[in-house]
Amino acid sequence: MSNTGSKLLEVNGLTAVIDSHEILRGIDLEVRAGEVHAIMGPNGSGKSTFAKVLAGHPAYEVTGGTVRFEGKDLLELSPEDRARAGVFLGFQYPVEVPGVTNSGFLRLAFNTVQAARGKEELDPLEFDDFIRDKMRLLEMHPDFLERSLNAGFSGGEKKRNEILQMALLEPTLAILDETDSGLDIDALRVVANGVNHLHGANDAVVLVTHYQRLLNYIEPDYVHVMENGRIIKTGDKALAQELEERGYDWVAREYSERAA
Amino acid sequence: MSVSQQDFLETLLVQGGATAGQPQAWLKDRRASALERASALSVPTTRDEEWRFTDLSSLYRLQLQPAAEAGQVDAAVLKTLFFPEATQRLVFVDGWFSPSASVLSTSSGTRAANLVHAFSDKHWVSSLNAIETSLAAVAGVSDDVFAAANTAHLQDAAVVHSGAGAESGDELVHVVHVTTGREIITRPRVLVMAESGARCTVIEDYVAIGGASYFTNSVCEIDIASNAEVRHIKVQREADTAFHVANTSVRLHADARYRNWSMTIGGRISRHNLNVQQTGTGVDCEMHGLAMIGGRQLADTHSFIDHAVAHGNSRQVHKTIAGGSGHAVFNGKILVREGAQQTNSSQQSRNLLLSPRATVDTKPQLEIFADDVKCAHGATVGQMDAEEVFYLKSRGLSEPAARNLLTFAFAKEVVEHIPVASLVSVLESHILEQTRSKEA
Repeated sequence: MSNTGSKLLEVNGLTAVIDSHEILRGIDLEVRAGEVHAIMGPNGSGKSTFAKVLAGHPAYEVTGGTVRFEGKDLLELSPEDRARAGVFLGFQYPVEVPGVTNSGFLRLAFNTVQAARGKEELDPLEFDDFIRDKMRLLEMHPDFLERSLNAGFSGGEKKRNEILQMALLEPTLAILDETDSGLDIDALRVVANGVNHLHGANDAVVLVTHYQRLLNYIEPDYVHVMENGRIIKTGDKALAQELEERGYDWVAREYSERAA
Repeated sequence: MSVSQQDFLETLLVQGGATAGQPQAWLKDRRASALERASALSVPTTRDEEWRFTDLSSLYRLQLQPAAEAGQVDAAVLKTLFFPEATQRLVFVDGWFSPSASVLSTSSGTRAANLVHAFSDKHWVSSLNAIETSLAAVAGVSDDVFAAANTAHLQDAAVVHSGAGAESGDELVHVVHVTTGREIITRPRVLVMAESGARCTVIEDYVAIGGASYFTNSVCEIDIASNAEVRHIKVQREADTAFHVANTSVRLHADARYRNWSMTIGGRISRHNLNVQQTGTGVDCEMHGLAMIGGRQLADTHSFIDHAVAHGNSRQVHKTIAGGSGHAVFNGKILVREGAQQTNSSQQSRNLLLSPRATVDTKPQLEIFADDVKCAHGATVGQMDAEEVFYLKSRGLSEPAARNLLTFAFAKEVVEHIPVASLVSVLESHILEQTRSKEA
């Protein structure tokens, strides 16, 4: 691993609560441009919460620690300002919004972010060409544009739509929360290809996942194991393979022995 | 009865406004009996079960007169209210028919005119029997003091008649009642008749140019013969200072189809009584309601579907969006009478509260006396989903933009199937504007 990319994300001692219940208990993480990080861990370890806190979900209250994104205090920013600054969260459960067409929503989101970045907005015709190009990458049916946002979508369609939004918003830091859950093997391949295609030397991807199989398609530079609101072990790709074979318990045991 | 209530009954019944010259004897009789009925009734208060949420006492304190003549309206301003798809147009200003702003046709299968004209024009002779059958006959006045008062002073009216098997099925008639910002009472009256196999679309539109404390007391009667179809779009975009009490009464003969869209946007206090009466088998009725209010507005819809005979279908969705200190009221009554087997009826009331001070009262009311029927109903009241707002914000949308989009989406489901494209876009931009202004 090179460690040469610029620092995008620096998380230090991050703690967060929901309904006064502590979920994050001191997270440290550094992500540089060009890297792919996988955050793994058992259910309830706090990995989805960590993803949502980075995106500014209002249900969680940050009680301590710092998060810097490209040197700026990320926690100061509203969710929309984080998105405009280049942070993207791919949702585990994308919300269904009947009555809003995909095409209308995608164009609104795209133009809002473009305007905030001082870049050119697209009119409906220009946008149509632009979006259809991106849709081909994700092997999406053209009908999709006229349908309501995520309404009645299958799990696979919803996740493709998330990656399509990532393609539009061109984030510097993409956090993909359980993007692999609910996908069959073909959809997993399409979604993973999309992410690989979009990822480059100037941006980073953080994959939050429960299973190793996504990592067969998107190769991580670092694998982190979360347990009880902390990152308790960090390794490379081989760690994911080991977790697949041995489960998570041994990591937790090792951590508590070290702590003791 | 308090002094102001008693005075207001007199206001309701005061002479004036448009005159019809020499009316037909039958109409004179119906007016006389309506006057008698209205005089025997009292104006409602919140002690009346049907009016418990809708307090009209601020209306009762007003001293209102019918306009002695139409107020001045700039033709260019008037034009902005029209819809290009409408092939015929009846314009009333302050209760007075405006021939210069109206567009009539006598050649098409569906024709429109004001009642005074229809009574005197030779092309309308063949319609006079139909008018006598339906006018002041479809809308009952026995327990509705407002409808009775309207009928008691029935002078002129908007009349739309679709002849038997009218070929021109896509005929669109725009009936618009304009108030010019004066403190007056108007008594708009609309009559729509579709003969056997005919089809037409009517926009019944209430709009203000300038604000004032005025009162619209309207009645719309719709009589749909066997296998005919009427698409009826009521647009209530009165001034926020106005009072609006409307009665829509629909009579469905065998295999008749009725499609209703009721859009409530304006009015300080508004009430819509929507009564659908099934008199023949096999009817199909669809009703889409949307009330979108804020500030201190109150919008009350009372619907009543009377499945009196077998094989009737009805589907109803009523949505309300209340911001500010707005108050939305919905009472949806469905009656399935003893002989009305195989009735299939559904009703949904969905309500969105945009502010902590907004309120909604919704009450589905099913009364079923037949045993082989399918009736479903449901009501939801809620605030905007925080998860949905966050999802949109995480894509760069500002908080207001996210909330507007979700509000718009909620409303759009009702609006988008209105069969007049230019009206859909007027309503959509109105909704967008209102989501911005009414959240506060």
